[in-house]
Amino acid sequence: MGKSALKDNILWGLSFALMMAALYLIFLYAPTEKEMGDIQRIFYFHVPIAWVSFLAFFIVFAGSILYLWKRDRKWDVLAHSSGEIGVVFTTLVLITGSIWGRSEWDTWWIWEPRLTASLVMWFTYIGYLLIRSYAGEESKGARFAAVLGIIGFMNVPIVYLAIKLGRTLHPPELVSDLAGSMLLTLLVSIAAFNIFYALILRWSISIKNLNARAKEMKRQLEEGEVI
Amino acid sequence: MDDMDYLFAVFAVVWVVIFGYILILSFRQRKLQRMIESIEMKVAEKNDGSA
Repeated sequence: MGKSALKDNILWGLSFALMMAALYLIFLYAPTEKEMGDIQRIFYFHVPIAWVSFLAFFIVFAGSILYLWKRDRKWDVLAHSSGEIGVVFTTLVLITGSIWGRSEWDTWWIWEPRLTASLVMWFTYIGYLLIRSYAGEESKGARFAAVLGIIGFMNVPIVYLAIKLGRTLHPPELVSDLAGSMLLTLLVSIAAFNIFYALILRWSISIKNLNARAKEMKRQLEEGEVI
Repeated sequence: MDDMDYLFAVFAVVWVVIFGYILILSFRQRKLQRMIESIEMKVAEKNDGSA
């Protein structure tokens, strides 16, 4: 087994162990919140997933800047992979938030600042992925996407600050007020989802590199070049 | 629906989406590996033919 495969296996093992620990803490260790009851446990999924989506879009932002600066394909691949994961996680943020809203507000959706800003962010990054698919020429798509990856990141602070700037129904972020056992549960869950994000990101990058290799080999074969 | 039903719905959705995404990545990887193997075979055949 190569060094990289061994490192991957260790990280997958660690991710699995942390996820199991997080599930134990969420369902069996964390106390039931007094006002909301058991539905508050959604918070231990929703917040770490939202955190990972912010992190993923920050990586898109950083990768996009580095790509436009250095014109090195590896930064574009990093940004693209992270953007895809960010969209998956933002989808989960919207779904889990909506389920919580149905239970607490008796409706699946309300047009209030945090939810609306999150939806706009989701659409922005869907656009980011679509630009790449429809741009035709790969380097052109990468350039357009990098510009959108930088501009689109403005959504992230807007989503984060939406509950502070506007009148919102979204619960406030009172992490400092959490009881010790609740804070521990949240931190373990955040750690589990962060490691999972890092693994999926590495995997997605390797698939995109494999794709580039396959395309290049196909081109060389068609053009009769020696591989 | 009570709180536990909603909690279960969240738990199920999170894992279905995550496993779905893992499956998509896994299919993509397998497809590309097969594609590369087939190109390598074509190259080997071509090289055998020209030798």
